[in-house]
Amino acid sequence: MKMVTAVIKPFKLEEVKEALRAAGIQGMTVTEVRGFGRQRGHTEVYRGAEYQVDFVPKVRLEVLCEEGQVQGIVETIMKTARTGKIGDGKIFVTAAEQVWRIRTGEAGKDAI
Amino acid sequence: MPGINTGDTAWVLTASALVLFMTPGLALFYGGLVRQKNVLSTIMHSFFAMGLVSLVWLAAGYALGFGPDRLGGFIGWGRYFGLDKVAFDAPGPVVGGAPLSGATPHAAYMIFQLMFAVITPALISGAFAERMKFSGYAAFLALWSLLVYSPVAHWVWGGGWLFRRGVLDFAGGTVVHINAGTAALACAVYLGRRRGWPREIAPPHNVPMCVLGAGILWFGWFGFNGGSALGAGAVATSAFVATHFGAAAALLGWAIPERIKHGRVTTVGAVTGAVAGLVAITPASGYVRPWAAVAIGFAAGMICFFAVNLKFRFGFDDSLDVVGVHLVGGIVGAVLTGFFADRGINAAGDNGAIFGNWAQVLDQMKGVGATIAYSLAVSFLLLWIVDATIGIRASEEDEVTGLDLSQHSEAAYSAGDAGTAVGHGAPVPGGLAAGPGAPYAPAPR
Repeated sequence: MKMVTAVIKPFKLEEVKEALRAAGIQGMTVTEVRGFGRQRGHTEVYRGAEYQVDFVPKVRLEVLCEEGQVQGIVETIMKTARTGKIGDGKIFVTAAEQVWRIRTGEAGKDAI
Repeated sequence: MPGINTGDTAWVLTASALVLFMTPGLALFYGGLVRQKNVLSTIMHSFFAMGLVSLVWLAAGYALGFGPDRLGGFIGWGRYFGLDKVAFDAPGPVVGGAPLSGATPHAAYMIFQLMFAVITPALISGAFAERMKFSGYAAFLALWSLLVYSPVAHWVWGGGWLFRRGVLDFAGGTVVHINAGTAALACAVYLGRRRGWPREIAPPHNVPMCVLGAGILWFGWFGFNGGSALGAGAVATSAFVATHFGAAAALLGWAIPERIKHGRVTTVGAVTGAVAGLVAITPASGYVRPWAAVAIGFAAGMICFFAVNLKFRFGFDDSLDVVGVHLVGGIVGAVLTGFFADRGINAAGDNGAIFGNWAQVLDQMKGVGATIAYSLAVSFLLLWIVDATIGIRASEEDEVTGLDLSQHSEAAYSAGDAGTAVGHGAPVPGGLAAGPGAPYAPAPR
């Protein structure tokens, strides 16, 4: 089993969610996060004083899946979350050693 | 009741409640501007004054401000300690040819004045936000109210020396704003900078809270200025009208240079500009015509927009711009009152420089200078005394942790309901297991 994690622009979340659902993905977890990469932060002005804000708001999307689904999920996210501008985010895939469904106690791919 | 007008009394009591409401408004205005870890301590700097200053006022504050004149107009002394002989059914003593309280009971005037005494030291708190020890704050609050606020109120309103010189301060430009703004400068300099200022201080944590607070201030200010007429007639109405147009013009007076300099009109800028206008119109309302209120407000908004940068120029950490808004806005208002005052609005006032009476501008400047000199000297002295006895600045650890947790054992916004009660109201052990549903049993892998 794999965990696909994508950090994307917040306004793209709705589009990505719909595309993943259309591709048959049953569930996902979303967190509001802040961070920075190559996209620089922004400046805010309060009473004439400028504040440099380094951490940019992003959405972290996590999808737990079987190994064979990874490529499809990654491609779907890549296609829908892309604007072509700096700050589109990243996708990374990690191994999920074991999965349980809490309600039933099912384990492994039955639990996804 | 002889000498009491019921309409006037109704308005002064209503105005007193409006002015009281400004202090929690100020708490929200300031609270939104600080970082999340200090919002409660900042709110307490205002709200606590509603308790402490009120009792100080009852015991001695009113007596020092409005008792019989002593020391050549410097202070009141000899009556009204513990509010003794402050009548509910008769006007106050005659000061300068008219009863102190107009055609309202002496006690109505006393409670109206109390609300000013409460908000004035609360205004100062913007300068020491995010780093003052709570016990030191409480001691400074009580001492400052007695030894700075009451004497200056006596000078201007209680029949003191500025009153006799004909300084025009309708609702407290000198007594409240210049006085608080000067003490703010003393606090910012004495306490020193917050850790990380100016480079590593985070921006305001809740701008909508500031807007709500500023809105409440604007609303309450109608009582502050309108009520200062001590009656429900033409002067109160003109003060009310001038107050509104002063604030409105100042909002734009701030927004226009901000748009030019930074390319955007900001929310914090709009509310700060409005407050600067309310500050500046305070001494003038009740003496000026609406067009003059617009001129005063617009000037205050524009000048304060630039004045809030003084702290960076001179390196003092006036956290929430009390100097830039209240001291500078107060001076603008006090001086311009000397320009635009019009006896056609208020026969008890005087004509200003627009009628050729330049002496009024000079008188206004004397009032400003005296207030600044006295407030600066005594505020520094009181800070030094409090510092030497109980301490005034929070420790480094307390400051970094945040004053909400370190000074008050509270957090404004908890991350969910993760806390567990201890002591009274603690949950019964095993309470969850007794609830519905089957016990958890892990499935075999």
